[in-house]
Amino acid sequence: MEIFELEFMRRALLAALLVGVAAPSIGVFLVQRRLALLGDGIGHVAFMGVAAGLFLGTSPVVTGIVAASLAGAVLEVLREKGRLAGDVALALIFYGGIAGGALLTFLSDKPNSVLGYLFGSVLTVTGQDLWILGVAGTVVLLSVTVLRKELFAACYDDEVARACGLPVRRLNFFMALAAALTVGVTMRVVGVLLVSAMLVLPVAIVQQLAGSFRATVRASLAVGGILSVGGVAAAFYLDTSPGATIVLLAIGVFALTALAARQRTGGLAGG
Amino acid sequence: MSVHTAGELAGATVYLGQAEVLSSLDVAFRAGEFVALLGPNGSGKSTLVRSLLGVIPVASGRVRLFGAPLDKFRGWGRIGYVPQRFGAVSGVPATVEEVVLSGRVSVAKRLRGYGSADRRAAARALQEVDLSDLGLRRVSHLSGGQQQRVLIARALVNEPDLLVLDEPLSNLDLDHQRDFAKTLEQMVRSGATVILVAHALGAVEKLVDRAVVLEQGRIVHDGPPSAEHQHDHAHHVPLQEPLGGTGADQHRIH
Repeated sequence: MEIFELEFMRRALLAALLVGVAAPSIGVFLVQRRLALLGDGIGHVAFMGVAAGLFLGTSPVVTGIVAASLAGAVLEVLREKGRLAGDVALALIFYGGIAGGALLTFLSDKPNSVLGYLFGSVLTVTGQDLWILGVAGTVVLLSVTVLRKELFAACYDDEVARACGLPVRRLNFFMALAAALTVGVTMRVVGVLLVSAMLVLPVAIVQQLAGSFRATVRASLAVGGILSVGGVAAAFYLDTSPGATIVLLAIGVFALTALAARQRTGGLAGG
Repeated sequence: MSVHTAGELAGATVYLGQAEVLSSLDVAFRAGEFVALLGPNGSGKSTLVRSLLGVIPVASGRVRLFGAPLDKFRGWGRIGYVPQRFGAVSGVPATVEEVVLSGRVSVAKRLRGYGSADRRAAARALQEVDLSDLGLRRVSHLSGGQQQRVLIARALVNEPDLLVLDEPLSNLDLDHQRDFAKTLEQMVRSGATVILVAHALGAVEKLVDRAVVLEQGRIVHDGPPSAEHQHDHAHHVPLQEPLGGTGADQHRIH
């Protein structure tokens, strides 16, 4: 097949697979805690990190991950203080990130390359990028797997989790940092503006049909990987933007599963 | 003395936001005791049990569980807790068994999934609340009363020595209240301590051997449940029902 003969496509498909599987593994816990848009907040700040990388002439992926991690920690502190819902603090972080990123981009000598991070440019993934994606994706997947029962308990009912002696605060910080790491690498594929979609949409698709948490996790990873690789392949043949194609494909599948779930429950909204 | 208490607060002051909810409160729960925590809405009952279990911090004072200061306490498997609100019927599906198993997180082996011993414990707890057939059902598909029993099963899953129940009866029908009362009676007989936060005692009324009544963050009655307390709580529908008699003549603390 033509698509596998091109070096950049092989790299793109591998990057898409890594991100597609890793993103929902942390996304499922964000959805459970009703923090589905946390990824967006982190992404806006990560954009400033990317721009700083371009401005300083270092790896934008690395500076993006650093900025995302700082954003994750700050957002977690705000959430803990109960100031994340509809608060001005969140708007400051969102738009401060974008504005700071835009300014640094303007000052750098290659302002055009920032577009690749806004909307993703999986076709230009380098060998070094692939290594970073591989390491970050593996770290997220492994740590989430190892901590799965602690994370489930803390996300399902943090009050009882505390009365079980779990370090709920540390687990929450872990989740924010894992989300930041995921956002940092995912934006290479779908871009800052669509990064939350990769964390949330596979979970949103699966949870309509799955019967258990375990099944939701497993199916989300599979669906995330398939949609991500399928989106990149479709973009190749249709000559469209890969990031946008992945996300629109996911939304299409979501609409179909929503219909299927509706049929199954006889027209009632599934719980 | 502290060796023999299942839990105690000494001089505990607790703030929620700016409001002082508990004011230098002293209370100790002895092993094998069935204590009802009574009092009007906002009197600090839930805050008392939540600070006892380390869910919320005390601003000053001391908290001990089984004789150990809270930060040194490691025997979390000895605690069972049914919180007042349902934790999360979130969008992400979870089965009844998964929720009950999550109560094993305090005793299960770290860094791996639940094992067969955990599953047996979950099955036994589900049997205790008459939900054996529904283990694989989604929690969100159950009725309110069934969901309440899932939370009770999660609290029972480690056969706790201290069971803390915050308004566990309000969603249960009378039959299941009676079943639950039997379970509690067996637990107390085998030496467990039960702390029950309630507006209405319903089927468990006869089990209560000590009533602690709170008002505005202070204890206004501590002793055998008086006739007027029992009367007040036996026949009223829970929620929004302020306590009538406060037993002000029986002040023990403050």
